[in-house]
Amino acid sequence: MVNQVETVARTPRRRSGLRKYRRFGGSLLSVLTTLFLLVLLTFVIGRLMPVDPVIAVVGPDADRATYLKVKQELGLDLPVLQQFWIFFKNLLHGDFGTTLLTGRPVMEDIARVLPATVELATVTIILGAGIGIPLGVYAAVNRGRFADHAVRLIALLGHSTPIFWIGMVGLMLFYAKLGWVGGSGRIDLFYEDIVPNVTGFLLIDALLAWDTDVFWSAVSHIILPASVLAYASIAYISRITRSFMLEQLSQEYVITARAKGVPRNSVIWHHAFKNIRVQLVTVVALSYGGMLEGAVLIETVFGWPGFGQYLTNALVIGDMNVVVACTLIIGCVFIALNVISDLLYKFFDPRIQ
Amino acid sequence: MNSDSKRLTAWLTTQEPTSATHAAFQNVWHVWSRFASNPLGIAGLVIILVLVFVAIFVPWLAPYSPFEQNLRETLLAPNAQHLFGTDELGRDILSRILWGSRITLSIVLIVSVIVAPIGLIVGCLAGYFGGWLDTILMRVTELFLSFPSLILALAFVAALGPSLNNAIIAIALTQWPPIARLARAESLSLRGRDHISAVRLMGASSLRIVLGHIAPLCIPSVIVRITLNMAGIILTAAGLGFLGLGAQPPSPEWGAMVSTGRRFMLDSWWVGTMPGLSILVVSLAFNLVGDALRDALDPRQE
Repeated sequence: MVNQVETVARTPRRRSGLRKYRRFGGSLLSVLTTLFLLVLLTFVIGRLMPVDPVIAVVGPDADRATYLKVKQELGLDLPVLQQFWIFFKNLLHGDFGTTLLTGRPVMEDIARVLPATVELATVTIILGAGIGIPLGVYAAVNRGRFADHAVRLIALLGHSTPIFWIGMVGLMLFYAKLGWVGGSGRIDLFYEDIVPNVTGFLLIDALLAWDTDVFWSAVSHIILPASVLAYASIAYISRITRSFMLEQLSQEYVITARAKGVPRNSVIWHHAFKNIRVQLVTVVALSYGGMLEGAVLIETVFGWPGFGQYLTNALVIGDMNVVVACTLIIGCVFIALNVISDLLYKFFDPRIQ
Repeated sequence: MNSDSKRLTAWLTTQEPTSATHAAFQNVWHVWSRFASNPLGIAGLVIILVLVFVAIFVPWLAPYSPFEQNLRETLLAPNAQHLFGTDELGRDILSRILWGSRITLSIVLIVSVIVAPIGLIVGCLAGYFGGWLDTILMRVTELFLSFPSLILALAFVAALGPSLNNAIIAIALTQWPPIARLARAESLSLRGRDHISAVRLMGASSLRIVLGHIAPLCIPSVIVRITLNMAGIILTAAGLGFLGLGAQPPSPEWGAMVSTGRRFMLDSWWVGTMPGLSILVVSLAFNLVGDALRDALDPRQE
């Protein structure tokens, strides 16, 4: 009985021109709910602390008057609901509070460190997609043969390697032993602050100022962390590309094309690959977001002054304003990426309608 | 002996199972024979079995104590006495790695034991009842799913304070959503089945149906899913340890040992390389097993 009622209720009503808009409204509402839940979750994380945050500020020896005064300043004497409301209101104004250490607004700090991470993630994704996608296609085309197994093993290794460890081994080998790449940081100390900071992206700034020494120094510093991060994303991208391609290659249109005498490469790239492009964009976008996760570990290993290192430092000293802000931003990035990939599907793939 | 094993094989492969238990055994046998045909999966399984063996018998296997310092033998390169060398306090790295297997295994086990019931119950409730309960539970699940698991675990540990127990709680908090989603999908397809309707007509309460009839049927796929997640759990735990937010020194946790090794990496490569290699080998083993298991359970692949 229950099932029957539901089937009736879920049958789409015909002749409803508003359906599309209603569905759009529905997904907008669900995104907003997710965002709200995200804010709620980060608020809870921020209040979980077993240590009294007031004592963390004033120290254990403070007298009662100071304690109460600071508690009031921090807004902790208010009811929880009101605290949440203030937290929420501040967020809408882009105010994440101040850091424990320097007292600067968290938002300013994040704006300052973010370009370094975006630069690293961008170079990484170019490497990751540029190598991962062809590898995946190659494995799918040679399914069951040696190449396929080799790519599979590479992917499994990529999924199993602790990224901080391979970063460290890379530094030992290519920096300390062989001297092929630069060490910690974004650039050699000698070249620091030479080119004017225009975009925040060192590679672009160096090119804008046409300072090739700075540019090559920056390249030698970014190439190792980017390769290490890319290694993990190659594993993911190649594997998914392979399964997408296998699905297409087993379709009848591929057989038809082959039977008509279309060259093999043309079938692979012009027929099959074209059909998985939209799906691939989604995958690449999501793994671009995944860089934020890898960045936390890799930036610590490479002393890369970006978002990940900023978050790690805050984690170690328990600076909850920063932790909450960073968690919130990462959550928003992922929700946004999911929404964008949904929209991409709807836009480019008429079958979804 | 030979005729016994033949009879067993015949019993396991007969076309007409005589009872539900018989059929279940046949099913397991079928999956196992497909699993066994995958050499990489077997290799992974062997590594895991070795790990379990080491974790149980480490007091008799480890050549030295994992904590005993010997300041006259600090940072020795690998040699005959210390196969993996010694660390900055003269402790034998091989012994510490062997003892560390206990930490890694217990993290994986405890997280799995916490996560399975939570995911199962959330998923079954959402799938069976549907409606607003489903909407709320799945919204929360999706929120957790949309996060990279390491970030969420980091935030929880930072809030709760760094320690091994808190790391386990934090990892568990990030690992239940995929299981909930799986259990929900399973119960959605189960709730319309005839045997469930029959139980309902006999007057069983909803709670009884969910706990007694739907949840048990979801367990096999949940177990497979958890196996697939184990490598991820190991890597997340190691990452937390590396950042100093997991197990605290002097505990021989592998991630924390890599972090120590980072300070000495320019002169003493073995301090950080060896524990990292163990993380790699163990998580690769879990991945191989998970991969082979997935293939064995999904016959469409070949």
